[in-house]
Amino acid sequence: MKKLTTLILVLLVVLVAVPFTSAQDNTLILGRAVDATGLDPHTQTAFASLRLLELIYEPLVTTDQDLNLIPVLATDWSFSDDGLTLTFNLREGVTFHDGSAFTAEDVIATFERILDEETASAAATNYASIESMEAPDDLTVVFTLSTPDAPIVSAMASTNAVILSSDVIASEDPALVTVGTGPFMLENWTPDDSTSLTANPDWWGEGPFVDGIEIRIIPDEASILAALRAGTIDFALLNDPLVATLLIGDDSIDLYRTPTLSYNVLQLRAAVEPLDILEVRQAISCAIDRQEVIDTAALGEGVVTGPLTMASFALPTDELFCYEKNLDMARELLATAGMEDGFTLPVIVANAEPPTASSIAQNIQSQLAEIGITVEIESLEFGTYVDRWLGGDFTAAVALNGGRIDPYTMYSRYWQVDARFQETAGYLDDTLDQLMKAGQAETDEAARYEIFAEFQQHLAETSPWIWLYSGYTYTAAQPYVTGWTPNASDALYFLSAVQVDK
Amino acid sequence: MVRYLTQRFITLIPMLIGISIMVFGAIRLVPGDFITAQLGTEAGMLSDTQRASLEAYYGLDVPPVEQYFSWMGNVLTGNLGMSIRQGRPVVDLIIDRFPATLELAIISVIIALLIGIPMGILSAIYRNSALDIFARLFAMVGLSIPNFLLGTLIIFVLSVYFGILPTSGNYVDLTEDLSLNLQQMIFPALALGTSFASSVMRMTRSSMLEVMSEDYIRTARSKGLHERIVLQRHALKNAMIPVVTLVGIEFGYLLGGAFIVEQIFAIPGIGRLLINAITQRDYALVQGVTLFIAVNFVVINLIVDFAYTLLDPRVTYDGR
Repeated sequence: MKKLTTLILVLLVVLVAVPFTSAQDNTLILGRAVDATGLDPHTQTAFASLRLLELIYEPLVTTDQDLNLIPVLATDWSFSDDGLTLTFNLREGVTFHDGSAFTAEDVIATFERILDEETASAAATNYASIESMEAPDDLTVVFTLSTPDAPIVSAMASTNAVILSSDVIASEDPALVTVGTGPFMLENWTPDDSTSLTANPDWWGEGPFVDGIEIRIIPDEASILAALRAGTIDFALLNDPLVATLLIGDDSIDLYRTPTLSYNVLQLRAAVEPLDILEVRQAISCAIDRQEVIDTAALGEGVVTGPLTMASFALPTDELFCYEKNLDMARELLATAGMEDGFTLPVIVANAEPPTASSIAQNIQSQLAEIGITVEIESLEFGTYVDRWLGGDFTAAVALNGGRIDPYTMYSRYWQVDARFQETAGYLDDTLDQLMKAGQAETDEAARYEIFAEFQQHLAETSPWIWLYSGYTYTAAQPYVTGWTPNASDALYFLSAVQVDK
Repeated sequence: MVRYLTQRFITLIPMLIGISIMVFGAIRLVPGDFITAQLGTEAGMLSDTQRASLEAYYGLDVPPVEQYFSWMGNVLTGNLGMSIRQGRPVVDLIIDRFPATLELAIISVIIALLIGIPMGILSAIYRNSALDIFARLFAMVGLSIPNFLLGTLIIFVLSVYFGILPTSGNYVDLTEDLSLNLQQMIFPALALGTSFASSVMRMTRSSMLEVMSEDYIRTARSKGLHERIVLQRHALKNAMIPVVTLVGIEFGYLLGGAFIVEQIFAIPGIGRLLINAITQRDYALVQGVTLFIAVNFVVINLIVDFAYTLLDPRVTYDGR
């Protein structure tokens, strides 16, 4: 009996003491909190899905670190003088993961699929100006447009416009069969648990330099941080500034911070009283110190932003109306509107989406109290929030809205006649509509800059929404992971350049 | 006995039908649907035709009443439907995920019993001693700290200060690697087991104290029985009845998945399966998992009722 007890004790000690050795090869182990929701690149919109799919599929063009368009499956492109014809020359020698060659036929089949209502691609509106497509030869595609559409090329720099094989489109369901041209091939996907990707040995670009990528879903970001510190993952995606900033000053982990195109905003619905009064909205804008919002809600992790977040178009914020907190002016504006006694403003906010949302709402609550506006925060589960947001069923909302590299693509859904999100935007005037239309048609860069400069100033002045700040996304890596360049569009595509040397 | 069993099973039927209706209705009353959950705000960019085509693709275009009856029809044949998110039968997903939950529950119960029962007994025997005070303090603290906080603290302390706990997000089945599996399970089980141990300890203590003041204990002592025999044979066995109830009910809860702890420690169990199913509005999966949890709970309660007969011969379920 004693011997048995001793044996069990020894066994227990051995079991617990056996050091965890990761006998992994040259595979990059990536940790993140949220998994993809599906695999069809044309219908998936969740960031979490795009981060996976952009490793497997490639679009015609993409953006580099500074958000300039760079060629991927297309080598170059040009508009005709009237802006109605767009020609792409395609890359030679590219093959799909199933070995078939990439040709113009695949590009045409892809855009036909996206535009087909049956596919139900939410991004289809971005390519609505495509009237017809033809392939003069295997490596040339000509798009004929119904209207001049300058932003369409940058809209194609999207995972929602990646090229699928025409064979798969014809005979398979792309939600189930993943055949791309990208640097990695999908081997196995266990939803909400793990994903294995192997390197594509026939990829046209240089790389990948790892044998594959293993993605592990660790639902809690604090646990991701723990796994990084314990050395069981090589690379991590983090969203919560409260977690990511714990790595500042930690020499054993490299933290990469990238400003995002998305923006935190207080959306007012000018369709609802008393927000229909211009001065009331302006007063709210003047009463909010945006830097204070960043400092309290996100530990200072972010930059104050106007309506446009991309550096190529964004005006300096001091050129925008009331970006300096001015309580006197705010009170004066309220008095002009006959609301000097203040009012109650109900604000909806999604709990934990993003993690900072509730804190933003609370800070705004305390700032607006100074001019007599009582903010009533209604915290909602994300699904419920989305439902009310889409239906325009709110007075004001704290939101984190996605950005795009082109201002037209970014706002066409809100600020023009017949825009899909007109109810959610809650405001429109002729100036905005005209500026948007001009911005779509104009192909001259300098002229477009002027159009969108006026657009920003007009939005800030009419204050239908109060733009607050852009945060950062974070990637963190072990020091032995080299060659990583984070990208403002969050793309993981460039993991193809990463090397792992444990 | 047989009659009692039959009665219990007959009462199960309306109960499960009630549960099925509640679950079916509740998840549909939650705003948003699978498409909004998939697409987020982008769902608003869909045209009516696009949305209709997606609904048809996912089989959401059938009226709810029809959906309920076809679901119930399937349930009766043991088919809980398909998860639209994962494209796999719900039954398969439950079978995949249940072992992790079961293992976690069993280890938690073992921890709770190993700590709770001896502590409770000693505490009762040496009433008001330093040991008793310590044990009661432990129980108070254990009950007051919610397990999600304890879980987070465990992760924090172990990973930051000791650099262990290397296993997050890479769950290994116990048949694959027992040692690694236990390393992954021990801390979440501790997070769950601590508060459980506290209630076991308190229940054991009070129940022991009550039994010790009974006449038959005095009789046993006056017969000159050794104190150890009195405690083991006479006191403990009788004192265990309420503890068994407690453990049974708690075990039933644990089998329903330790939602937060599974989430924090990234253990792919039933709890995490259900949380994800709810946020994604994966109706069939929510229904299937909830029904499974309900059946589990009911069955465990039944088993607990029968365990009484083993501990206390006076309890019988035979007809009078």
